[in-house]
Amino acid sequence: MTEPTIYELSSVGRRGFRYPSPDVPESVLPKEFTRKDLPLPELSELDVVRHFTHLSRLNYSIDQGFYPLGSCTMKYNPRINEVTARMPGFMLSHPLQPIETVQGNLAVMFYLQECLKEITGMNGVTLQPAAGAQGEFVGGLIIRAYHKFNQDAKRTKILVPDSAHGTNPATSTMSGFEPINIPSDKRGNIDLEFLKSVCDGTTAGLMLTNPNTLGLFEENVLEVIRIVHDAGGLVYGDGANLNALLGITRPGDLGFDILHINLHKTFSTPHGGGGPGSGPVVVAEKLVSFLPDPVVAIVEEGDDETPPLYGFVKPEHSIGRVKSFHGHFGIFVRALTYILVHGASGLRNIAEYAVLNANYMMELLKKTYTLPYDRSCMHEFVLEGIWHDVPGVHALDIAKRLMDYGFHPPTNYFPLIVKEALMIEPTETETKQTMDQFVEAMLSIAKEARENPELLHQAPHNTPIGRLDEVKAARDLVLCCWRPDDI
Amino acid sequence: MYIPHTPSERDEMLRVVGKSSLEDLFSNIPEKFRFPDLDLPEAVTEMEVEEQFSDLANANFACDELVCFLGAGVYDHYVPAAVDMLLRRGDFFTAYTPYQPEISQGTLQGIFEFQSLIANLTGMDVSNASHYDGATAAGEACLSAYHHFRGKRPRIILSGAVHPHYRETIHTYLCGFEDIEIIEAGMAEDPAYPQRLADMVDDQTALILVQYPDFLGRVFNFSELGQVAHEHGALMAVSANPISLGLLTPPSEFGADFVVGEGQPLGIPMNFGGPYLGFFATRDELIRKISGRLVGETVDSQEKRGYVLTLTAREQHIRREKATSNICTNQGLMALAATIYLSLLGKGGLRELAELCYHKSHYAAQQINQIPGYQVDSKHVFFNEFVVNCPNDPLQINEFLLNEGVLGGLPLGEYYPELKTQMLIAVTEKNSRESIDLLCELLKEAAND
Repeated sequence: MTEPTIYELSSVGRRGFRYPSPDVPESVLPKEFTRKDLPLPELSELDVVRHFTHLSRLNYSIDQGFYPLGSCTMKYNPRINEVTARMPGFMLSHPLQPIETVQGNLAVMFYLQECLKEITGMNGVTLQPAAGAQGEFVGGLIIRAYHKFNQDAKRTKILVPDSAHGTNPATSTMSGFEPINIPSDKRGNIDLEFLKSVCDGTTAGLMLTNPNTLGLFEENVLEVIRIVHDAGGLVYGDGANLNALLGITRPGDLGFDILHINLHKTFSTPHGGGGPGSGPVVVAEKLVSFLPDPVVAIVEEGDDETPPLYGFVKPEHSIGRVKSFHGHFGIFVRALTYILVHGASGLRNIAEYAVLNANYMMELLKKTYTLPYDRSCMHEFVLEGIWHDVPGVHALDIAKRLMDYGFHPPTNYFPLIVKEALMIEPTETETKQTMDQFVEAMLSIAKEARENPELLHQAPHNTPIGRLDEVKAARDLVLCCWRPDDI
Repeated sequence: MYIPHTPSERDEMLRVVGKSSLEDLFSNIPEKFRFPDLDLPEAVTEMEVEEQFSDLANANFACDELVCFLGAGVYDHYVPAAVDMLLRRGDFFTAYTPYQPEISQGTLQGIFEFQSLIANLTGMDVSNASHYDGATAAGEACLSAYHHFRGKRPRIILSGAVHPHYRETIHTYLCGFEDIEIIEAGMAEDPAYPQRLADMVDDQTALILVQYPDFLGRVFNFSELGQVAHEHGALMAVSANPISLGLLTPPSEFGADFVVGEGQPLGIPMNFGGPYLGFFATRDELIRKISGRLVGETVDSQEKRGYVLTLTAREQHIRREKATSNICTNQGLMALAATIYLSLLGKGGLRELAELCYHKSHYAAQQINQIPGYQVDSKHVFFNEFVVNCPNDPLQINEFLLNEGVLGGLPLGEYYPELKTQMLIAVTEKNSRESIDLLCELLKEAAND
């Protein structure tokens, strides 16, 4: 059934919320500034509650079932995080309040900063970036600022492996660099010879996703970092896949200079249907002074009787702000809650079981689906969603058919270096039983592909709506359901 | 903590993958750097963590205890109960970006309705699916304008009365483009504002960005400015407070090409700075030039109406290094909050709210202006916020107010050195006449303190 839009549900004169009558004399706004018409819908509170309840039921979510969307780390979102984040002392505080009145907030930010530095082995951190993409952008700007500070203006190129995240090239351009593509070798590692051949005085840095988007740990990571450092470049780590490394190894120890962290992946804060995320960036000692403004620091040491006073500080050579205020504070509370209930050994368990789950599924699926890089994976793995004997069936068909079995499909068509990629990331919070059911569905789809490919081409069959006409959406372009001149 | 494996399941799985222990899974990691000892506090239980955070939250003096007159881009508005109750539905908050439209129609239709509400509220043709916040939406407006002219118009003019954080963010956003020249003009006390801005527009100008109401609360008619910008072939962006648009003439009538802004006032708690919501609306002709997700209406094979992400060819994952922005997601759940909020308030409710803010702030301004030593700038039209010249240091006055449970306005000296005796006071529907009278009482005492 199609759910009407809020404009279709509107009835003239209906109200969903009322305010108290003015308790002060009314003032007159000059006519020149008074709006004539306000084209908003009119609904009752129950209309609104039902409408959005109906909408929510058209969504698939982690709460409903398995969501193995590779590279997105769709793990369980603990409910206690939602409770702590909504405590009135946090939720009702204004970002520009005097620091003496928000010591609780600043303590949360300070602890989180300390934890993230410790987990990654880095020396400085900014919590400000609003999402992973913005964290990357901050990384790019820090690289730029560092070379500029050292009057090394000819460093204009950023090296981006073909197994890196899709945002990396766009980020390089946005930060004013020219991205250079680096190929992978047969084992899914960076092609070292190629890397050596392009590293020179024009190299500003390398953006390295590790584990990479094939779910593979870069086996020559120390060598890769050495080559880039020797050429005078910096190494940026895309931390989207940090879930595989918690308590296992620290990017700072490996030699990374910068790393962004997705709190909404590794640290379980909800994805919210596509945001809000949070993308803190950690850096090595020599880059601490370039971090965005502001960071939280102790501005007055405490003693046995009085706690320290926390405040905001602007790093000396700061790249400036990347957004208003101090970052997605509500997400910080959730992430810190998550870290505190785990402690050091709990964090290591997360990575261990995330990696165990991925290897388990990979082992069960690789006989039926081609595994282009056959070696132990980290938290995710990539299969080919196509077979030689049924060339008409594509990864997209497999993905759509999985919905009929009650699963969210894996990421498909990414990474680009695998044909018809199906990128599967189970996360640590899934049971063996759930994964067995998913594997069974995948095996049965492989059978259907040969026996009745049409079933896959027409899929999904059991969803609220069928495959949608994306060409029509882009051609006819309807982006707004109601305009005043429609009436 | 949230790992479900029993020891026997773990062992069986290890057998399947041919490893003898969990440690064995990590033989690829350089041994020297494997399994570091992390110096973190011992794990605590849910019960304990709730108490720890309760203590931290209680260490704040927040607006559950204080009467708030602080605004400056973030406002203490009442959030109807239904907003958060609906946001807590797991099918909304535990879903991800709607890559698979067949099982994401809830999120997609929600965004489509958000786009519709924002387009209608701003008076523009179309809106995107949102940005991180008001500052980044303004930054994206500058990038869009720069790319719209293919880099041939390097000049961007920022009104000095745009939120200082937004201006700083724009400088950071554009620093990768060496040729861009950002000019800040029309500082706070310039009597020729906003005409001063019009005088600066030339054929090198890509964009002029103003704020409505501006950072100092003032409401100007930007019709002439829009006209001058267009005569020179430049674009005009207006950053607006969405609640004010319940009452004020929408920026579309001034000829705005982009209307952006901070969506926090639309049902999102202040949360010490985030997460918030950036909105971004434009005219039909420019839709292919802007960044950010877009949801469009279409049909399935049975001609059933549905929604998909559209015009994705503009985005980073397709265009890679040629994309004009690297933004991936939008601010999904926050956009949903605004959609629910605007649906609940509707046409009548938003107007009523905007009028309440207008009347109460004007009452407050009149009362404060009568206190000896304080002057309210009354030359300009304002909406919910106004500048007060104080008889002594606003920081000291605020300290005095705070002791009485009142969170005073923003001392402006930090952002505008020439305004060091001025304070920016915001009033919302949550401020009763009583609380405004209390503020006046305390300001009077603070003057004599």
